[in-house]
Amino acid sequence: MVAPTSKKLFSVTLRVWRQAGPAAPGRFVDYPAKDVNPDMSFLELLDVVNDEITVKGDEPIAFAHDCREGICGTCSCTINGKPHGPGKGIATCQLYMRSFQEGDTIVVEPFRAKAFPIQKDLVTDRAAFDKIQQAGGFISVRTGAAPDANSIPVPKEDADLAMDAATCIGCGACVAACKNASAMLFVAAKVSHLGLMPQGQPERDKRVLAMVQTMDEAGFGNCTNQYECSAVCPKLISHDFIARMNRDYVAALFKSRFQPASNAAAGGGA
Amino acid sequence: MAKLESKVPSGPLADKWRKHKTEIKLVNPANKRKYEVIVVGAGLAGSSCAATLAELGYKVKSFVFHDSPRRAHSIAAQGGINAAKNYQNDGDSVHRLFYDTLKGGDYRAREANVHRLAEVSVNIIDQCAAQGVPFAREYGGLLANRSFGGAQVSRTFYARGQTGQQLLLGAYSALSRKVGDGSIQLHTNSEMLDLVVVDGHAKGIIVRDLITGAVTRHSADAVVLATGGYGNVFNLSTYARGSNATAIWRAYKRGACLANPCYTQIHPTCIPVSGDYQSKLTLMSESLRNDGRIWVPKRKEDRLKKPADIAEADRDYYLERIYPSFGNLCPRDVASRAAKRMCDEGRGVGESGLGVYLDFSDAINRLGEPAVRERYGNLFDIYHEITAESAYQTPMRIFPAVHYTMGGLWVDYNLMSNIPGLFVLGEANFSDHGANRLGASALMQGLADGYFVLPYTIGNYLADQKPGSRPATDRVEFKQAEENVTGMTKQFLSNKGSQPVSHFHKRLGKIMWEHCGMARTKEGLEAALQKIPALKEEFNATVKVPGSADTLNQSLEQAGRVSDFIELGELLCRDALTREESCGGHFREEHQWPDGECKRDDEKYAHVAAWEYQGEGKTPLRNTEPLNYEFTKMSVRSYK
Repeated sequence: MVAPTSKKLFSVTLRVWRQAGPAAPGRFVDYPAKDVNPDMSFLELLDVVNDEITVKGDEPIAFAHDCREGICGTCSCTINGKPHGPGKGIATCQLYMRSFQEGDTIVVEPFRAKAFPIQKDLVTDRAAFDKIQQAGGFISVRTGAAPDANSIPVPKEDADLAMDAATCIGCGACVAACKNASAMLFVAAKVSHLGLMPQGQPERDKRVLAMVQTMDEAGFGNCTNQYECSAVCPKLISHDFIARMNRDYVAALFKSRFQPASNAAAGGGA
Repeated sequence: MAKLESKVPSGPLADKWRKHKTEIKLVNPANKRKYEVIVVGAGLAGSSCAATLAELGYKVKSFVFHDSPRRAHSIAAQGGINAAKNYQNDGDSVHRLFYDTLKGGDYRAREANVHRLAEVSVNIIDQCAAQGVPFAREYGGLLANRSFGGAQVSRTFYARGQTGQQLLLGAYSALSRKVGDGSIQLHTNSEMLDLVVVDGHAKGIIVRDLITGAVTRHSADAVVLATGGYGNVFNLSTYARGSNATAIWRAYKRGACLANPCYTQIHPTCIPVSGDYQSKLTLMSESLRNDGRIWVPKRKEDRLKKPADIAEADRDYYLERIYPSFGNLCPRDVASRAAKRMCDEGRGVGESGLGVYLDFSDAINRLGEPAVRERYGNLFDIYHEITAESAYQTPMRIFPAVHYTMGGLWVDYNLMSNIPGLFVLGEANFSDHGANRLGASALMQGLADGYFVLPYTIGNYLADQKPGSRPATDRVEFKQAEENVTGMTKQFLSNKGSQPVSHFHKRLGKIMWEHCGMARTKEGLEAALQKIPALKEEFNATVKVPGSADTLNQSLEQAGRVSDFIELGELLCRDALTREESCGGHFREEHQWPDGECKRDDEKYAHVAAWEYQGEGKTPLRNTEPLNYEFTKMSVRSYK
């Protein structure tokens, strides 16, 4: 089932961040890779290198990956200084070796941010994103309580814009690319997706306040409008959503001053 | 011998579920919080079920091996979800969706289950829309539909080419809401490695924390497995690399029957294999067949020509030719086998000869490139990233690949396995798709099971369990199961082998694809049944697992999963060998009509084969559950 290849093979060096555990010191280690097929994905090259390391009796490089088609958001390497590497609008798993050339040294690091502690080698802990979702990234609807789907018309333009935001895969590249390690693009994508839909209106204020508060508590920085986040986003989510979230946040904060204390900003996702 | 009672309620087909819901036992709201339910897996079925159980008031513990529930592989489903809404006014109904699904499964599914699935399909769309899932809309703001294979109505709801992602994020948001308010205890990076059975009932699981390596015991009043399919037994597939069969396989070894493992789905439109290093195959959604036309050159000698240089008259649009009523939208098993036949005839395209064209030039001429981009842009982008070719300019090259498994743990109408207290949902069970699943039905089934079936049926079991009676984790059954897990770990790590785990996974995949893929024969399957046990022995003797048990160790994770795949692969071949007929995704070359279509044997094989583990090295027992078609006539499945 394997096609013979007429492609020209080449050699590269992988310079990979190795770190045995969260508290252990890390360092770069070089791994030469020969006979690289340009049609190979970058992660497939890591597989091959890992098998070589294993046969030698050493521990292979731990890296996060799963679907390998750019949708699960698990893979998370910073390659040559850029989260998800040199491509535009792709995740690490969608990077193919045809993006590199004979003799290249490819520097591979984990996503670096205070809120994403390194667990091992290239694997980081991104549970903070789940915490933010748990604080308010939902519409409270009990199973079985929904009205007929067509009883809530949604203008196509709004649905399309909501979908643009909703394509976020939760990978965290936006955080890794930001000099402040801000999660504003991630949070703005969720806030905008739900805030653009009529179904999301009842909890709109509460949602943005709770999610932003949880984001701040998790140790993410603030946005200073550099837009590195949208430049590396594998789904090309626009930083315009951050402006939208800021408007929602200010409006919600203002309104919350005129409401009984029990309805105000407190987090918690009841 | 296991007792397999389908527990299908009596009465007319269309009334069964409604009647059953009014008759099954209920748990008093004040008592619900006294019950703990373990849910393993957080894809569509697992997340929706965990959220709904928590909303009802049960205490839920959710386990997922991913670092976040949002990463489960349901996220990757592209095309859509079926529902009998009839929003298009094209004559759809619950009965038609039921009939299409049952026929699509080649009359090897349980009639009553399929009807229930079609009934609740409409509720799923309502539920997801209310959660804010951004489904595609028409300009008037109402929901849009597209068509999928095996249907002559347009009933598929979608969110661009990312429907699975959006539905999963909806279920994940429901789950997150209940984690946030404390009613679900979420365990991420936690892999279930054994099932604990106490006095014949499933009462707990053994879990390894993939980051710290800690092995822990968890008890509950009931255990729900929603851990997906076993397609990675073929190594190369459209599954995520992490998708595995370990949870269902370990449950099988504790006595749960595994039904119809040979029913595997090979999806016709995937990007062809390019090299030995390859780790996965990428699906090109079935929705593309709404506008793409599939063809190969009429003459063998044209197969290496550029497609643009092959004149219209020299192209064979073989699906339109052979299946004029369904054309390019015939079901997956039919389209895959047709592609194989074209390649077997020597007319396959691309360097390997293992490919056919999926051509959009007609659609681009008819609708214009922007309209095609809006419908399928992200799929065309994926194709471009992988192949460096633009499908706007030249046809896609596609080939069938393993995509889904219809087989799974045996469950009754209540989705309970033959081990009381063990429930199985979604792709992990066997129940609704028969021998072939129609496109856009997997999302439907996962969410039907999780939102609308299990939350009712689990009450029927729990009502008979005394509140607070779940066993303590210091019982011998827990201790023994934990020792089983730590024993396996020790064995892997102390092995003085020389080969990485992937080496064995690739070899298993080759055996499975060659002998148990799109076409199966007695000789081939018998050969596989020789090769697989030999591979297992070699694996045990020569696999190399570096590192230790008390840290993140991906080699160790893979070793356990591949060990299970090898054993499951053997059972899959055994099932395929025993089923002396062709049906749906199971095609035995000995059993075909002169035109190459599946020849079922309803006299002998209109039953579910549910395999029961008999112990290490012993041949498993084949139990059967007869399939009674009370309301539908079993006919020869035709799409001509």
